[in-house]
Amino acid sequence: MRFKGTDTYLTSESLRAAVDCALALQRPLLVKGEPGTGKTLLAEAIASGLGLPLLTWNVKSTTRAQDGLYVYDAVQRLHDSRFGDHDVRDVRKYIKLGPLGEAFSAAERKVLLIDEIDKADLEFPNDLLHELDRMRFRIIETDDEVVARQRPVVIITSNNEKDLPDAFLRRCVFHFIDFPDLELMRRIVRVHHQDLEDALIEQALQIFYELRALTRLRKRPSTSELIDWLAALKAAGLDSVKLDESLPFLGALLKREQDLVAFGEAFAGGRRSRA
Amino acid sequence: MFVPFLYELRSRKVPVGTQEALALAQALTQGLHDSSLEGFYFVARSLLVHDEKHLDAFDQAFAKYFQGVESAGLELHQQLLEWLKDARKRWPDLTDEERALLEQLDPSTLEQLLAERLKEQKGRHDGGNKWIGTGGTSPFGHSGRAGREGIRIGGEGGFRSAVRVASERHFREYRDDLVLDVRQLGIALRKLRLFAREGHETELDLEETIEETARNLGELEVVLRPPRKSNTRVILMMDVGGSMDPYAELVSRLFTAAKKATHFRELRTYYFHNCIYGRVYAKANFRDPMQLSQLFSETDKRYKLIMVGDALMAPWELMSRSGWQDDEGLEGMSWMTKLAEHYPSAAWLNPEPTTGWWQTTIEVIRRVFPMYPLTLEGLGEAVSSLTRAR
Repeated sequence: MRFKGTDTYLTSESLRAAVDCALALQRPLLVKGEPGTGKTLLAEAIASGLGLPLLTWNVKSTTRAQDGLYVYDAVQRLHDSRFGDHDVRDVRKYIKLGPLGEAFSAAERKVLLIDEIDKADLEFPNDLLHELDRMRFRIIETDDEVVARQRPVVIITSNNEKDLPDAFLRRCVFHFIDFPDLELMRRIVRVHHQDLEDALIEQALQIFYELRALTRLRKRPSTSELIDWLAALKAAGLDSVKLDESLPFLGALLKREQDLVAFGEAFAGGRRSRA
Repeated sequence: MFVPFLYELRSRKVPVGTQEALALAQALTQGLHDSSLEGFYFVARSLLVHDEKHLDAFDQAFAKYFQGVESAGLELHQQLLEWLKDARKRWPDLTDEERALLEQLDPSTLEQLLAERLKEQKGRHDGGNKWIGTGGTSPFGHSGRAGREGIRIGGEGGFRSAVRVASERHFREYRDDLVLDVRQLGIALRKLRLFAREGHETELDLEETIEETARNLGELEVVLRPPRKSNTRVILMMDVGGSMDPYAELVSRLFTAAKKATHFRELRTYYFHNCIYGRVYAKANFRDPMQLSQLFSETDKRYKLIMVGDALMAPWELMSRSGWQDDEGLEGMSWMTKLAEHYPSAAWLNPEPTTGWWQTTIEVIRRVFPMYPLTLEGLGEAVSSLTRAR
C-alpha cells in the first residue's frame, strides 16, 4: 500500500516517504508543524488517499489515555442499581469503547487520527505506548481482551505545546510540515481559490511573506490565515492590495494587539492602523 | 552501510539508537527508499529524527556524510574516459543510444569538452543547456530531455538533489540552541508547573464515592474533591536599560511568553537596572517601586525566582551601597544573596553568549545564582533545575 496524495491535498516527496514508512513499518505517524499548516487535513487526505474510513480522537487537556480505550460508566451503573428498574448484572452494558478501542475492534481497517496529542497531560502519550505497540488491551472489568483485527493506520498530530516523551517518539515515524515556500503556497492558494485574479494573488502572497518576515511579530500569519484573508478580499471585490497602513482586512492576518502596533510602526509610519 | 552515518548523527546530538537503526534497516529491506539517495534521505529523516529541532543537525550530517557520494559522482568522469577508450572495441554490446552518442562526437573531442567543462563549472547545476548537471540539454549530465544525446554523469537520478536539499539547511530556524520566538519560549516555560489539589471541592472522587457507598450499604454517598490545579508561583525580575538594550526585544519575548503562560498560579514581574538595591520596580520605566522587604513578606520560598539580565555592570555596583538610586543600606551583592536565600529555587538567565561569561561581575553573580544562557536550550535547563528544587 503506497500513498499518492489526493486532488485537494498537495503532498511533497518527504511526506510521501514518511507515510509509506509508517504504513510499511506499521508505526504511528507523528505529524508536527506550525499551527495552520494543515496537519489535520493531512490525516483526512491520507484516509481518502488510501480509501479507508477515518476515525478522529480529539484530545483535550482533560483527556486520559484510558478514555481512548474504553470507559466504564460506574456512576450510571450505581445510579441504575438504586431503583432496581435496570438489570445491572451485565457489566458490558456499562462499558463503552473509546476511539482506539473502536478502531481495534472494527471489522475493516481504519485510519485513526489522534488530534493534538500535546493538549493532554505529559503522561498521556506514555500511557498509550503499550496499546499502540501491541495493538491490544484488556478490559479489566470483564477480563475481555480487545485485539486489533486490522492494524489501524495511526496518525498523531502535535502542535508542539508540550514536548513528547522520548520513548514515545522513538516508536513513531516523524514528519514535520515545514512552512510552504512561495511556489508551494501559490499552488495551495490555487487549490482553494480557483477564480481569483493572478495579479491579486501575487500581490497578496508578496505581502503575506513580507509580513511573515517581520521578526517582531508575536504570532506570524499562517496558511489558513492567508486563505481566509484572500476569501475576504474576494468577498469585498478588491482587485489589488498594497502594503501600507490601509491594508484591508488586516485583522484576518494579524491577531494580536502588539502585532498590529508593530505593523503600524513598520509599514504605516508609526500610525495605528484599524484592523 | 549507514551505521557510521548514525554515529555521525549521534556526534551531532541527534538521539538515535538501536531502535532507529532497526527501523531504518527494515524500511530499506522493504525498498521504501526506491534505491535512490533522495529516497533514502526522506526515509532516514522520517525514521531517525523525532523532533524538528534535530532536522538541521540531520541535514548537516547528511550533507557531510554523503558529500563523498556526490563528489564521487563528479569523479565519475575518470571511469567515463576509460569507458570511452574501449567503447569502440565493444561496439556490438552498446545500445543504440550509446552508438548515436559516439557517432555524434568523437571521443577525443568529447573527452576534451568534458574536462574543460568540469574545470569551468564551479557549482552544481540543474537545467540549462551548457553545464554538467541534471535535467538540461548539455551533452553531459543526466535526466536531459534534449534531442541530442549526451553522457550521463552521476547515477541514480536525484541523489544530488538529496544532498542539495540537505545542504540548503531548511530547518536551521528550528534548532534549539538558537534564540527563538515567544511560542517556543512559552513551551519551555510550560514545563514549570506543579500540581496540587486546592480550593473548592467540585470534582467527583469516584474511588472514594464507591468506597463510601459500599460502606454505606449501597446508599449513594457522593464524595467530592478539589480539582488538580497548577500551583506554580513565579517571580520574574528583568534587568533593563544600558547594556541590556541590545537584548530588549528578546527579553520582551520572554516576558510575553511568561504573561501568556496560563498555568502559573501567580506571576509577578519586576524590573531592575544592573543590580538590586533594596527595591525593584513594577514598571520598566522604574515607577511603582516595590521594597524587597515588602516582597519578602508577601512571598515565601514556594515562589520560583527567575532573574533575567546580562550581569554586566561596573564591579563597584555590586559592592556599593547606594547604586544609582537610594537604598536601604546594604550592598548590591548582599541583596542578591538575600534574594537567593529567600527563594531556594532560583535561576539566572543571561542573554550574553556563554563565551563572555568569564567577565568578573558575571562570575560573581554565577556564584550566587545558577546561570543559564537565554536560549531555548538554556531556558529548558533552567526550568528543569527549578522544578527539581522543590
